[in-house]
Amino acid sequence: MTLLEFDAVTKVYAVRGAGHITALDDVSFTLRSGQTIGLVGQSGSGKSTIAKILTQLETPTSGEVRLDGRAIPRRGAGLRAYRQQLRMVFQDPFASLNPYHSIRYHLQRPLRLDRIVPKSEEDAEVRRLLERVRLDPGVVIDRRPHELSGGQRQRVAIARALASRPKLLVADEPVSMLDVSIRLGVLNLLADLQREEGLGVLYITHDLATARHFSDEILVLNQGRVVERGPADDVILNPQHPYTQELRAASPDPDAHFASASGIDGGAL
Amino acid sequence: MDTTVTDRTNDPATARPAGVPATATIRTAEDPPAKTTHDRPTFRSKLGSAFAMFRNGKSIAGLSILGFFVLVAIFADVLAPYSPTAVDHTARFQPPSAEHWLGTTHIGEDVLSQVIHGTRGVIVVGFLAAIIATLIAIVVGVMSGYLRGWRSESLSALTNVFLVIPGLPLIIIVASMFEDPPLAVVAAVLGLIGWAWGARVLRAQTMSLRNRDFIQAARANGEPLRRIITVEMLPNLMALIAASFVGTVTAAILALTTLSYIGVIPVTTYNWGTILNWAGAQGAFRQNQWWWYLPPGLCIAAIGVALSLINFGIDEYVNPRLRSAGERARAMKKKGLNVNDTVTAVRPATRTEENP
Amino acid sequence: MSDTLLSVRDFSVVYDVDPAVEAVRNVTLNLRRGEILGLAGESGCGKTTLAYGVQRLLKAPAVITSGSVVFHDASGEDIDVNALEADEMRRFRWDKVSMVFQGAMNSLNPVATIGSQLEDVFEVHRPSLTRAQRREAVVELLEIVKVGAQRYRSFPHELSGGMRQRVMIAMALALRPQLMVMDEPTTALDVLVQREILRQISALRHEFGFSVVFITHDLPLLLEISDRIAIMRDGEIVELDTAERIWHDPQDDYTKTLLSSFPRLTGEKGMVLR
Repeated sequence: MTLLEFDAVTKVYAVRGAGHITALDDVSFTLRSGQTIGLVGQSGSGKSTIAKILTQLETPTSGEVRLDGRAIPRRGAGLRAYRQQLRMVFQDPFASLNPYHSIRYHLQRPLRLDRIVPKSEEDAEVRRLLERVRLDPGVVIDRRPHELSGGQRQRVAIARALASRPKLLVADEPVSMLDVSIRLGVLNLLADLQREEGLGVLYITHDLATARHFSDEILVLNQGRVVERGPADDVILNPQHPYTQELRAASPDPDAHFASASGIDGGAL
Repeated sequence: MDTTVTDRTNDPATARPAGVPATATIRTAEDPPAKTTHDRPTFRSKLGSAFAMFRNGKSIAGLSILGFFVLVAIFADVLAPYSPTAVDHTARFQPPSAEHWLGTTHIGEDVLSQVIHGTRGVIVVGFLAAIIATLIAIVVGVMSGYLRGWRSESLSALTNVFLVIPGLPLIIIVASMFEDPPLAVVAAVLGLIGWAWGARVLRAQTMSLRNRDFIQAARANGEPLRRIITVEMLPNLMALIAASFVGTVTAAILALTTLSYIGVIPVTTYNWGTILNWAGAQGAFRQNQWWWYLPPGLCIAAIGVALSLINFGIDEYVNPRLRSAGERARAMKKKGLNVNDTVTAVRPATRTEENP
Repeated sequence: MSDTLLSVRDFSVVYDVDPAVEAVRNVTLNLRRGEILGLAGESGCGKTTLAYGVQRLLKAPAVITSGSVVFHDASGEDIDVNALEADEMRRFRWDKVSMVFQGAMNSLNPVATIGSQLEDVFEVHRPSLTRAQRREAVVELLEIVKVGAQRYRSFPHELSGGMRQRVMIAMALALRPQLMVMDEPTTALDVLVQREILRQISALRHEFGFSVVFITHDLPLLLEISDRIAIMRDGEIVELDTAERIWHDPQDDYTKTLLSSFPRLTGEKGMVLR
């Protein structure tokens, strides 16, 4: 079932003194329930503009974005329903949780705002959410964000995103601020949740390696245009577009590096 | 004070000791700290954390002095040995004595009683003006910081207008409209001309807060605007609001005593400025009648010091580096280290003779 | 001239706070002339403290509590770094060792031209040079790092992040040091720019023969650029070997864990379990 549709979306910014900048140029793609799409691109490729359009910080100059067949509503009950179905996981787990509030508060609010469970069951639901992201509710529930590690915070942020039982998760570089050794854990958690709940996930990243393993399909963006798309392994292992090839060649790849006998100054570097 | 209240600098767990390289991260284990049970935050602990900015030596010292003056103001009737206007013709220009601890005035009024009663006016005007100014500053500052476009700009323009309104002439005009301007009116005028700085600072901080991820997250959750402002933002602005409040109290007290001293406000109820006015008019300065002008002067100084101490305390809370600068340097000195050294000290643990 | 540039023996650094933190514990390593040594490990493992500590760049409360650092100068002289006085240390730092910091490109003075900032280095450390000689040296440096002499009069904001980082490398290269310490020099850059700069660093060290200590949390990148890699954990080096042997035949369990913790671009290991 088609969950999210980008239909010929263009976004043009007027820049004072510099005319216009086309951040997105005729971008179209669809995302099905239970599917993960990796949006790969460098800074300025337009991938963050897509996130901004989805979170309504920006509106497309032309084209349409549809969730479940409906255009993004501007206000009222439709907007509420849209927000309930689409949730964000932000890049920086230090900044995305309010330092003043407890973990319990962070998870309780979406439950109450969208009336997910009756008030009497809120506490149990908060605990269930924490367990879902592999955190011990007894330990973390009444802590404040600064008492947790980066990885724990990002898990809390994921639990918060899941609280309203959304259909689509937009994950904007969810692991790039985390230590290398815990990235895989967080990505595996996201993959598990996605499989179990049939979530659609839009994974926005600059990192080809995680995009390849975490996504079903990859869209490569360059200067606002989709230059290549396809199944994740195809795009990364057998890139067709010159820009994708360039990205792939520039990304660290120890397997290829050590397979070639050329050594440190050989072709790979 | 530093207007950027970032959660990281407030956070002792992630605060980086000075000298640790920028990319070095203090270890944060994936496993939670040793404590396994954690109390649910009670109302008291929440209240405690809201006032965490006052939990340091400087703030506590300042609050103690301020608290003393507040108590004096409340219990002035009980504490003062005489009525401030009671005239004792047998004791004029008396230096301190057993009957009149701080001596008497030119017509034999008791100076101590005047100072005690004068505290009331100072405290009432100071706090009332600050409450009025802070409320306006919060409403205007946070709104103009959160909103965008013409509404934000016009609120900002209003703030700028009030920034440049000359306060002294305004007060003189208002005071002249009353035979005997009540303290509330004086406080209201001082509050009205004193909110603009606070509003500016709050606007700047709100603008930076509104783009933070946790505010974006709250909006994405569909939190209503009033909740975003009151529940998500205001707690993070508390230190700034407190600092602005304390600053306005200081300004209002100084304005009141100054205006009373130069005689712009012909108040019959005593405050420290009025006492100084009388003392000046009766030549106490020339005749060296120190017991008349020194006590109110020292009181003004003391309350100024108290309020500054509270503000220093808040500053240190907001920006722990300020505290570390002093405290750490002293602690390091004890260990024979100098924080300004550009070369890492070498101190083999087993050999001590190299340490001068 | 020996093959070793820097010998670090039994080196320990403690942050003298309460409680004291042992950031680096009894580290021993030899840095070879002209090699790129990668320091790897999770945040808090002490890799940055070690790299800064051997140049005594750490400020109090950091204290070197044991060990020795000997710099085997190209002139044949051995310099005991821990015994240097403050002013000797200052000279040592730019002449023999230089640093490229993470985000260094943002530390350029925004109101001075690139050229004048590079000239400053010579003015301070090579006061005998004439104005013309300084200028000539700067132009040469800008050409070496492929920024181009025409950028001499540019201001930092007129250059891209990658260009600015090249200027920082030029600055580090100015006095032809024998060791460059690079702390996450490419972390904030896009992958294409990052690759170009890495290529350049590698080419420059062949041309000028300096050694590099390269710190990054990006293990795949480190594996490609380094000749040898030191894996650090809790302030200790748990394994030190050539990049190739670390990759093909890691000995320590922790090294194995680290190697399996990142998804591979083309390999099969490090998969997200889906």
